[in-house]
Amino acid sequence: MRIFASLKIAGRALRRNKMRSLLTMLGIIIGVGAVIGSVSLTTGATKQVEDQVASLGENVITVFSGNFTSGAMRGGWGSAPTLTVEDARAIAQLPHVLAVSPEVRDRAQILANGLNWNTQVMGESPDYPQIVNRSIASGSMFSDQDVRSLAKSAIIGKTVVDQLFPGENPLGQTLRIRNIPFQIVGVLAPKGFNLFGQDQDDIVVVPYTSHMHRITTRTFVNSILVEASSDKTINQAQDEITDLLTTRHRSKEPDFTVRNQADLMDRVSASSRAMGFLLAGVAAVSLVVGGIGIMNIMLVSVTERTREIGIRMAVGARGADILVQFLIEAVTLSAIGGSIGIAGGMIFSWLIAFFKDWPTVTPSVWIVIAFISSTIVGVISGFYPAWKASKLDPIDALHYE
Amino acid sequence: MQTKPVIKLDVIHKVYHTGEVDVHAVRGVTLEIFPGEFVALMGASGSGKSTLMNMIGALDRPSSGNYLLDGIDVSTLDRDALADVRNEKIGFVFQGFNLLSRTSALENVEMPMLYKRQRIQAHAQLERAMHALELVGLGERADHHPNQLSGGQQQRVAIARALVNQPSLLLADEPTGNLDSQTSIEIMGVFQKLNDQGITIVMVTHELDIARYTRRNVILRDGNIVSDTMVANRLNAENELQQLRTAQQAVKLAS
Repeated sequence: MRIFASLKIAGRALRRNKMRSLLTMLGIIIGVGAVIGSVSLTTGATKQVEDQVASLGENVITVFSGNFTSGAMRGGWGSAPTLTVEDARAIAQLPHVLAVSPEVRDRAQILANGLNWNTQVMGESPDYPQIVNRSIASGSMFSDQDVRSLAKSAIIGKTVVDQLFPGENPLGQTLRIRNIPFQIVGVLAPKGFNLFGQDQDDIVVVPYTSHMHRITTRTFVNSILVEASSDKTINQAQDEITDLLTTRHRSKEPDFTVRNQADLMDRVSASSRAMGFLLAGVAAVSLVVGGIGIMNIMLVSVTERTREIGIRMAVGARGADILVQFLIEAVTLSAIGGSIGIAGGMIFSWLIAFFKDWPTVTPSVWIVIAFISSTIVGVISGFYPAWKASKLDPIDALHYE
Repeated sequence: MQTKPVIKLDVIHKVYHTGEVDVHAVRGVTLEIFPGEFVALMGASGSGKSTLMNMIGALDRPSSGNYLLDGIDVSTLDRDALADVRNEKIGFVFQGFNLLSRTSALENVEMPMLYKRQRIQAHAQLERAMHALELVGLGERADHHPNQLSGGQQQRVAIARALVNQPSLLLADEPTGNLDSQTSIEIMGVFQKLNDQGITIVMVTHELDIARYTRRNVILRDGNIVSDTMVANRLNAENELQQLRTAQQAVKLAS
């Protein structure tokens, strides 16, 4: 029996009861549509988060000093005085390390232009913009010479510009941090809020030496930002840093923590995996429900068309021919339902993207999965009715009223 | 006759086991039908003619006895093999026409070719179906659906469908049962024409006047053949129709 002829017969049978066919498909349509729609939404959201993680800087390893404990009081990460500028210099010598920035953080009230503003003041090396994947919008980054000379140079973010220099060019102007005048040499390109809702533009960056000797009087750094040479060497670089610092600090327990961007990425993808399992569960349930609907209607259809089955058997159709015919009918139903569901889900996600400004991405693998699983549902739910039809006795079927 | 019989029934029995009582529907029928014959299988209801018909049509197997159809022992075949025998050797015509609704006459006629083991090219299939329709005089109604055709025309489509695989035997089960007398004669005319071309026809009927268009009448009673005679004064459908029309003409003129 030719597949094309079978498809034609199936198409005719389904068109004969358009409303019923549509209602039968509805279970599959809604199930597949819901899955494709929600997959598109969550994939879009996950991708946005991943982009943000990537925008924190590629191949970035962060070394935090350990947590500080004094008596019963315990500080947070980066509070213990364990990491030094010398550690950062040693890390910079490692083979898979591209750039290093010792980081010192402090909040301070800053004054300029008769206005004041409380912001984060960071001490960094000139490699900082490169490591965290930021660019200088105007002016330039301070230099290594500035670091060596404890220069009173500062780079500021857009929020600080807006607060202290509204409608003015801040370049060359003076900014007072803890009453020490710093000259603004550059403005960072705006980056907006990060993953954790912090304003990444509300920031003042000065040479770490200036920070440690002029603003504060520290001998340790809070953390060290490291850029590995590539995403392939990032884990190796991390291990080397761990070994190096363990040796340097001669401590039994590590008094520092090393994290990389990949860890964060892993956590993001772990949460999207969990979401994926949830969706797969919903999809499975709705496909089962849709499959039961198809099986139900196919059983009705077999009973209704008993005489037709008898005629076909009388003119020489084998049981297998009848089986294939009804299977194709069930699969046609579920495959069309699946396709409509895929289209509906995609249209839904486009509408969301269009009206709600929510990035949506429909992964093609999910389209394939949705189509294949709806087809499989058709085969499974169509098999019993088709088998029943194929086992009919031609004489009984012919005389069925 | 020296040729091999198309149908050779050898002491055929059929017993149905329904509930407590066994029904002995056919009790040792022996019958030979040769190529080119036109046989009416007759009998009252319960005479076993339908059961015999099902067995001749390879829809059912005898409980005992041998049945050779065109030299093939049908009594031992399995379901699939029986389906193939029906497809290749037998053309069925039913009382209720049994056409597929919402399916054109042409597609109805093409249907048996879909189940042929040797595949036929699509264009050859179309050609054969058209040829079969032309043979029963419905060439120009190939695209009509059954509900657009009269009873007689539907039965002609069914005959075309039965002929399309060039079977050894045309098997008709009360083919005129649902038709008025004039259309019945027309259908018998189609059968006579086909028989004149050498096609073997076995027809089940309980109408004596219809049986008079055949060449041989076999009468069954209680599962046995009680009479097997050649038809002496065979009616010719053409002539009968002619007479009928003349009579109708006369009625019209008189009124």
